[in-house]
Amino acid sequence: MDQMDVIDGGFSAPVFNAQTVFRAVMDAMARPGTVQQLAELAQPPAPLAATAGAVALTLCDHDTPLWLDAGLQVSAAKSWLAFHTGAPSAATPADAHFALVANPANLISLENFAQGTQEYPDRSTTLILQVESLTQGTSLRLEGPGIETSATIAPTSLPRHFVEQWKQNGARFPRGVDLILAAPDGVACLPRTTRIKTTEA
Amino acid sequence: MSEIATYNFAYLDEQTKRMIRRAILKGIAIPGYQVPFASREMPMPYGWGTGGVQVTAAIIGPDDVLKVIDQGADDTTNAVSIRAFFRKVADVAVTTETAKATIIQTRHRIPEHPLTAGQTLVYQVPIPEPLRFLEPRETETRKMHALEEYGLMHVKLYEDIARHGRIATTYAYPVKVEGRYVMDPSPTPKFDNPKMHMSPALQLFGAGREKRIYAVPPFTRVVSLDFEDHPFEIQTFDQPCALCGAEQVYLDEVILDDKGGHMFVCSDTDHCEKRQACGHRGHLAPAALEPAQ
Repeated sequence: MDQMDVIDGGFSAPVFNAQTVFRAVMDAMARPGTVQQLAELAQPPAPLAATAGAVALTLCDHDTPLWLDAGLQVSAAKSWLAFHTGAPSAATPADAHFALVANPANLISLENFAQGTQEYPDRSTTLILQVESLTQGTSLRLEGPGIETSATIAPTSLPRHFVEQWKQNGARFPRGVDLILAAPDGVACLPRTTRIKTTEA
Repeated sequence: MSEIATYNFAYLDEQTKRMIRRAILKGIAIPGYQVPFASREMPMPYGWGTGGVQVTAAIIGPDDVLKVIDQGADDTTNAVSIRAFFRKVADVAVTTETAKATIIQTRHRIPEHPLTAGQTLVYQVPIPEPLRFLEPRETETRKMHALEEYGLMHVKLYEDIARHGRIATTYAYPVKVEGRYVMDPSPTPKFDNPKMHMSPALQLFGAGREKRIYAVPPFTRVVSLDFEDHPFEIQTFDQPCALCGAEQVYLDEVILDDKGGHMFVCSDTDHCEKRQACGHRGHLAPAALEPAQ
């Protein structure tokens, strides 16, 4: 592992870059289905991509146990995240405040992550899924708060049986996980309130 | 900039901003739910908008245009000092025009000018818990929210009817957000409640002393609690604004002398000034605006 990989590639202007990324994520969370454009602000080592890395730098710190998927766990990205955010690693997915997923197609099921409690539904995991695109996958029609009538995104790749898993996640409301989809050109979010409208073929 | 060299951009340190930002995202994801956060001491006393200021500081960037209102007015103490604070610590552009602002921090009013997508309304909230005056224990109110047990609130509204013949709550009128959480809209007059429903703007609420942040995303159902036979009604005024002649707006009573003289004027000063500039006149308006000296 090259030492410089681990140290280089953080935000060049930490205060303003973090604000830019946060506003994109906030707008995406408030308007599910919209893609908020984001320039490349961080250069993390592979397999962590620029957008997912920037979101992690913006939201994670020593207060937020971070869970990494198998690919990230054995990569230089783990040290990069530790150096730049100081986030402790979560022993289990149920302990994670954030989960960073480089390969969503192989992700363990969403119910393994912290769901929050009925009293404190905010104590749940926010998953940052690194996707290749938000327009090239299977179209998902979305409804719920933040969406005037309906919205569509088409991310690729998503976890297995995603539509069914998301339905179960919604049924746990107010408990449940929220997703930040980080694509090369921007972010989109699926808060737990968003419903995927399944159209019968 | 040299003045603020000792402070981080927007006053708060980055770790605090991250903590507030995480709470904001959870608040948006669970509309109407009060997210606990580690509220900081701000250079102003509790009760002066420390919650709203922390939320604004966590979201504001150099490109934002900030408007601050206090009871609808841009020129009252709280609004002026918070606007000056952000000019000093974040060097951002400020405005009094609702349409030009990207972030509007408000104490107890929603502007009359309709908000648009891309605008964020930040409320200063004194008591975020709508059930607090009915049940003082946090452990109990939390359980009531968890179990969606809001009967007590309906009993309170019913007792209003039994005592006064109508629901007597006129401000901080409880709302149900997206059919789940009962939420305190902050002490805005109930006149403003309908503006929260399906608003294109994002609404964030910060309570500094009580250490809670909550949110209503755009296009979210916000329904004022009522009964079938006592439907929710907003205040009405039997005369228009004395300065600009506006109807269907929220009016403040202004005392003119010690002989009972008074007039009703728009609480939203920007809205009133805009209308006067367009030539609208109320019955007490000066005949023509004096040219600026």
